[in-house]
Amino acid sequence: MAKIILMEPFSFFKAKDDQTAIKTLSEEKKGRYLAGSTNLVDLMRRHVETPSLLVDINDLNLKKIEFTGNKLRIGALVTNSDLAYHKDVVKYFPVLSQAILSGASPQIRNMATTGGNILQRTRCPYFYDTAFPCNKREPGSGCSAINGYNRMHAVLGTSDQCIATHPSDMCVAMIALDAVIRVRGESGSRDILFKDFHLEPGNAPDKENVLKHGELIEAVEIPSLPFAKKSAYIKVRDRTSFEFALASAAVALDINNGMIKSARIGMGGIATKPWRAEKAEQVLAGKKFDEKILEEAATTEMSEAKPHKHNEFKIALAKRTLVRALKKVGGLHE
Amino acid sequence: MLLHYSLIDFQNSGPVKKKKTDKTLVEPESNSRREFLFKMAFGSAGLVTSPYIKITERDTLDDKAVFIASQKISVTLTVNKQIHTIEIDTRTTLLDLLRENMAMNGTKKGCDRGQCGACTLLLNGHRVNSCLILAASCQHAEVTTIEGLEGKDGLHPMQKAFIKHDAFQCGYCTPGQICSAIGLIHEGHTTSDADIQEGMSGNICRCGAYQNIVAAIREVRSNG
Repeated sequence: MAKIILMEPFSFFKAKDDQTAIKTLSEEKKGRYLAGSTNLVDLMRRHVETPSLLVDINDLNLKKIEFTGNKLRIGALVTNSDLAYHKDVVKYFPVLSQAILSGASPQIRNMATTGGNILQRTRCPYFYDTAFPCNKREPGSGCSAINGYNRMHAVLGTSDQCIATHPSDMCVAMIALDAVIRVRGESGSRDILFKDFHLEPGNAPDKENVLKHGELIEAVEIPSLPFAKKSAYIKVRDRTSFEFALASAAVALDINNGMIKSARIGMGGIATKPWRAEKAEQVLAGKKFDEKILEEAATTEMSEAKPHKHNEFKIALAKRTLVRALKKVGGLHE
Repeated sequence: MLLHYSLIDFQNSGPVKKKKTDKTLVEPESNSRREFLFKMAFGSAGLVTSPYIKITERDTLDDKAVFIASQKISVTLTVNKQIHTIEIDTRTTLLDLLRENMAMNGTKKGCDRGQCGACTLLLNGHRVNSCLILAASCQHAEVTTIEGLEGKDGLHPMQKAFIKHDAFQCGYCTPGQICSAIGLIHEGHTTSDADIQEGMSGNICRCGAYQNIVAAIREVRSNG
């Protein structure tokens, strides 16, 4: 008989409507929502996640993409594939399409959902391996990465408790585009700005976002941004495909006659959460678009980067990745 | 009795590293020593209805052994145009449902964590990694595996193209490659060879038949 790696036992509930899903999960403290299952099932099989109940939300009516002219509304269950290839996304938010297509494999993208992508966990190998201490998995047990092999780890937003990288590409584009996350709980709906959604590890690396237990992501809304038509995502990684970023940059630029009116920048692969590069944006605003100012923006953004033993290279790599993305969007070819 | 079983399990487990929650799960293998001991302990007593038994506390050897029985669920789904209703453990993946519960071994298990693509099949027309999908979530789903590709005119054009272009060596990744290739063509992003390569990046072939795989897919695409 083939080897079957078993998860811990759990109850399974297929929800037919939002309210039942939210109520059912709210009542079970160790429960989790199940959507695309690409990350959660993997984590359950490795016993990193051990939910007592799965509330399957795949039948909920959250699968629409609507572009109304002033905003793009993406249902939480829209798959990564459907979002990346949606005609309005390709045309008006190319950075989002490119970011999604740079991540995972086609099979995974066919399964993975928008809400699940936002909630995916880090790929820090110590988090995945229950033989190692990990503050994110088991608060207070220690961080194995800080003095371990940390080539893939974060240099921004870290703490002395955790240096795990947020792995998403999609989120890097969304944070650059000022996305808003609509969530619904037992007591009603609320909107959370994308930049306020994920938390830096600080003293509580296990707390990764501001969602309360039972709250369900319903949709992501991206406000219309005319210059987002001119945007791009650049991702640097160890392999050409199906690999997480060492460094990435999502860039949208509003340029007029060689002057930068405004810049929107997200960075990935280098931080503990999807990173909005506000410092770089400030450096660029109102400046002439030339190589010097791009370098200055990237250097400023990375000025507070804190490397560990094996990931110092990421600081230089992130700067170059950002400069390259800015040049690409601004039409300055190398 | 319960304590007796926990002792049996410990003989089969690795060394105890620390006193904390242990995640050792046991599935008795066929005719194994474990199954023999399991039967010795419980077989006639009828205490346990499922072979899936969990020990939650490693430090319970002395006093409080804890067992959580598996949860069962009934799933109805269509596999290769045949409707099946089957009672399964909630933890069963779609891949294990096919291979272990339904004896359909065409879909292969490689890494079992969504990285190699050997388990690729078509779920409601889309290619997915069946190792990452819980069978319980496939209620009323339509599954097509390598066994279901053959039509009235014999093998599926993609199967024929793989044979013609010698797009495999050992063949283990092939069912996943073929299902993935069919999904790729259906998705329609196959303008160039680079598109095909990128589109097939979720399927690993350790024999390295990549060039011939691309050639096979190119041919099927060109033939419309």
